[in-house]
Amino acid sequence: MNSLNSYLFISSMLFCLGLFGVITRRNAIAVLMGVELILNAANINFVAFSKFNGMNLDGHIFALLVIVLAAAEAAVALAIIINIYNNMNTINIDEVSELKR
Amino acid sequence: MLNARPKLNQMAELVFWIISALTIMSAAFVVLNNQLVYSAVALLFTLFGVAGLYVFLWADFIAGIQILVYVGGILVLVIFGIMLTNKIKSVRISHKSMQQGVGGVVTFWFFIFLFLALTKAPWVVSEAMEPIGTVRGIGILLLTDYLLPFEIISVLLLGALIGAAVLSRGDS
Amino acid sequence: MIENPMIIFPLLILFLPLLSFIIVIFFGKKLPRQGDWVAVGSIITTFLLASYLFLQMILNYDPDFSYGASFSWIDLGVFKIDLGILVDNLTIVMLLIVTLVSSCTHIFSLAYMKGDIRYNRYYAYLGLFTFSMNGIVLADNLISMYMSWELVGVSSYLLIGHWFEKDSAANASKKAFLTNRVGDIGFFIGIMLLYSAIGAFSFAPIFESIAGGQSIAGPTLTVAGLGIFMGAVGKSSQFPLHIWLPDAMEGPTPVSALMHAATMVAAGVYMCVRLFPIFTPGALIVIAYIGAITAILAALIAVSQNDIKKVLAYSTVSQLGFMILAIGTGAYTAAFFHLLTHAMFKANLFYCSGSVIHSMHHALHKIHDHDTDPQDMRNMGGFKEKMPITYFSMLASTLAIAGVPLFSGFLSKDAILAGALSFAQHQPQHFLLPLFGFLAAALTAFYMFRLIFMTFHGQSNMKSIFKDIHESPKEMTAPIVLLGSLSFFIFYTLPHNFNPLKDTGWFNDLIVPRNSAVPGNLTANELAEYAHHAHYLAMGLSLVVASLGILLAYLIYQRRVISAKNISEKFGFFYDWSLNKFYFDENYNRYLYQPCLRLAHTISWLDWEFYDKYFINGFGKLTKLLSNISGKFDYSGIDQGVVDGFGRASNAAGKVLRNVQTGRLQNYLLFVVAGILVIIIAQAF
Repeated sequence: MNSLNSYLFISSMLFCLGLFGVITRRNAIAVLMGVELILNAANINFVAFSKFNGMNLDGHIFALLVIVLAAAEAAVALAIIINIYNNMNTINIDEVSELKR
Repeated sequence: MLNARPKLNQMAELVFWIISALTIMSAAFVVLNNQLVYSAVALLFTLFGVAGLYVFLWADFIAGIQILVYVGGILVLVIFGIMLTNKIKSVRISHKSMQQGVGGVVTFWFFIFLFLALTKAPWVVSEAMEPIGTVRGIGILLLTDYLLPFEIISVLLLGALIGAAVLSRGDS
Repeated sequence: MIENPMIIFPLLILFLPLLSFIIVIFFGKKLPRQGDWVAVGSIITTFLLASYLFLQMILNYDPDFSYGASFSWIDLGVFKIDLGILVDNLTIVMLLIVTLVSSCTHIFSLAYMKGDIRYNRYYAYLGLFTFSMNGIVLADNLISMYMSWELVGVSSYLLIGHWFEKDSAANASKKAFLTNRVGDIGFFIGIMLLYSAIGAFSFAPIFESIAGGQSIAGPTLTVAGLGIFMGAVGKSSQFPLHIWLPDAMEGPTPVSALMHAATMVAAGVYMCVRLFPIFTPGALIVIAYIGAITAILAALIAVSQNDIKKVLAYSTVSQLGFMILAIGTGAYTAAFFHLLTHAMFKANLFYCSGSVIHSMHHALHKIHDHDTDPQDMRNMGGFKEKMPITYFSMLASTLAIAGVPLFSGFLSKDAILAGALSFAQHQPQHFLLPLFGFLAAALTAFYMFRLIFMTFHGQSNMKSIFKDIHESPKEMTAPIVLLGSLSFFIFYTLPHNFNPLKDTGWFNDLIVPRNSAVPGNLTANELAEYAHHAHYLAMGLSLVVASLGILLAYLIYQRRVISAKNISEKFGFFYDWSLNKFYFDENYNRYLYQPCLRLAHTISWLDWEFYDKYFINGFGKLTKLLSNISGKFDYSGIDQGVVDGFGRASNAAGKVLRNVQTGRLQNYLLFVVAGILVIIIAQAF
């Protein structure tokens, strides 16, 4: 609790788990969840550094901005996903992909 | 009084680690579980855990915003999305994962790398006093130093709002 | 230098007949009279030029007169050949002989060859022959002598085979050329031996070098000398290469007169006279023996021959043997003297026989008799009233050849026999040389008078044609008269001497023997001394021997006291051998020609059946096989293996690598993360 390293450790774990989720999961929403994890990890980093740098509040502002961005992005992403679902009846990433095999 | 201090610290330490464990385990659950709804609920717990961590980091305002926006807004949105994009026959909506093996290896090594990087890096740490509250400070900063990002993020939000509305309108 | 008449006249003498040859052979058919006037004109011109030179020689009266000119033909630094001409007394006399007899032949042929189907070619070849003979005479180096030597052989081939539709003529010309060639091999070896030791082809450097004694001596020089002498053996028809001359009588008689009596066969003697200084005592002994053997051998054969030209042919061989004998015993000026006199009277004898044969031809033709041989003496007889000019001229030449005083032949033959006798006096182990010489002289007298008696005296043996025998036209009788008169002694002994028994005169003054270049040989003076001592003995002996011969012939053929038939039966064995030329041709055929032909046959069979079939075809098959293999290798190995392989490998690699493009976004993401990891790890190290 009193060392920066532990928070960084936690945030890196979260980040890796989120990365794992992004590259592994087939469902689009599950991928979105992974992205949220990553963003959270980044946030923890910002805030932790802010605390351990003499309570410099710049980190907090950034964390705030990140949260707002995450919200906006989640809204738009979900809109897109719903659209995709309406059009293709599935949101399995493999099936909706039009990239050439 | 002197005795209570260390005990309190130990207690805090313990709680801290419990919350961290909770967060991380929930995050693992999010990415490993095949069932989407379960993942969503685990995400809920993760977010709460993160909020707790924010409290330990003396970021009270951010913790509050985390719960309000993330849990209250984003997670609800996610659950709505789940409900809207699946043919629900039962509560068990399962989705398989892919390339877990290789992905796991790569991610693991990535984590190792990160860990080594963060432990070896000579962070410049300066101690500080626990503030009364951060709200006042954040408010002042938002409207003085960070006015421009603040305004831009507002416009962004507006854009997202309009975009989402347009997108979900359909063909009419 | 070229303006000097001493140079330009010999050059003209050399090249005018060549020019006539070129003109007549290419344009002869189109010219009037087929161009014989071109040939006759050119030869008369050369004769006049030669007479001019002869006159100059007499006026100068210098025994050491010698003039030469040469130019460099090939000069490669290490290898040089200079060609040129050498004009000295010897050359001038020889040129005179050649041009005189050649002119007589040209004129004689005007009548003899009239109407012949290849008239122009005949005259062309005569021109070629005269050119090549003059080439031999004028040569000052062995190479141009050899070239002219070969050309003379070619001309002989062309002229002997003039009537080549007759098998016998074609065979005879081939035999002449090939036998000559055998001799020329030796000649060439001799030339090359000299060149390899001395490094020069011209006479003067060779003589100097031999006299120096450093470059070549002893056995090598003997071998070289004998090699060169081989050329003379072939060309002058000595034993064992004498077989071609009698067969060469197949050619027209004027040709026989020119070539096989006076000039071509004399070329060998001339060459030996020119190159006398290089002969070692060893070589000279061999030369003498060959000459002696030839003389006696040919004389023995001539005794039994019935064809008039064959008698003369063998007589020529025999006389050439005399000349060679003279060279061998060191009396080489005597040899040249005999060459001169022999040229005159032998040519005349041939012309006279030609006249007789011509007459017989016409007579037989008149009665349409084509089977009787016009040259057979047994069909002749009693011609002396019918052909008086021919008779007297022939008689004069026969007296000359028999060695009767008052005639030229006596002087020259006497000189030869004196030389042989003196040689044997100093080296008694070689007694056979004069013995054979005198025997041959006796036989010569005998068979020549036999010829006279059988042809001109007595009764005619063929009455049916006798009335048609008449004298020949003037183109034929003119040369006969000219040469007949040259058979008298007087023309050779002027200006000092009118004694028919003494041989001093312009000839012996101007043609002096040179010293041999071989160190240790007897000098010319010593040889002359020896010969002088034996002179009177030789003279007496030769007189005795000649009279014996004539007497015997008279008794057998004129008086018929002794019957020829009885003798021939009593000595049947010898007669047989003589008549059949000692079976030389048959033995050569059996032991030389046939084995050679068989060998050639075997080799040809080997080559054809064996080598061609298996070896050459085998190579072909092998090549085909190799190319097959190579092709297959190229096709399947390289084309399909390597070239296609590259394609297939690319294909396979592509197929494999295609799987990277999964089309799945998350795979790409994974690659990105992995890539970042790799880069970082790489950076760390």
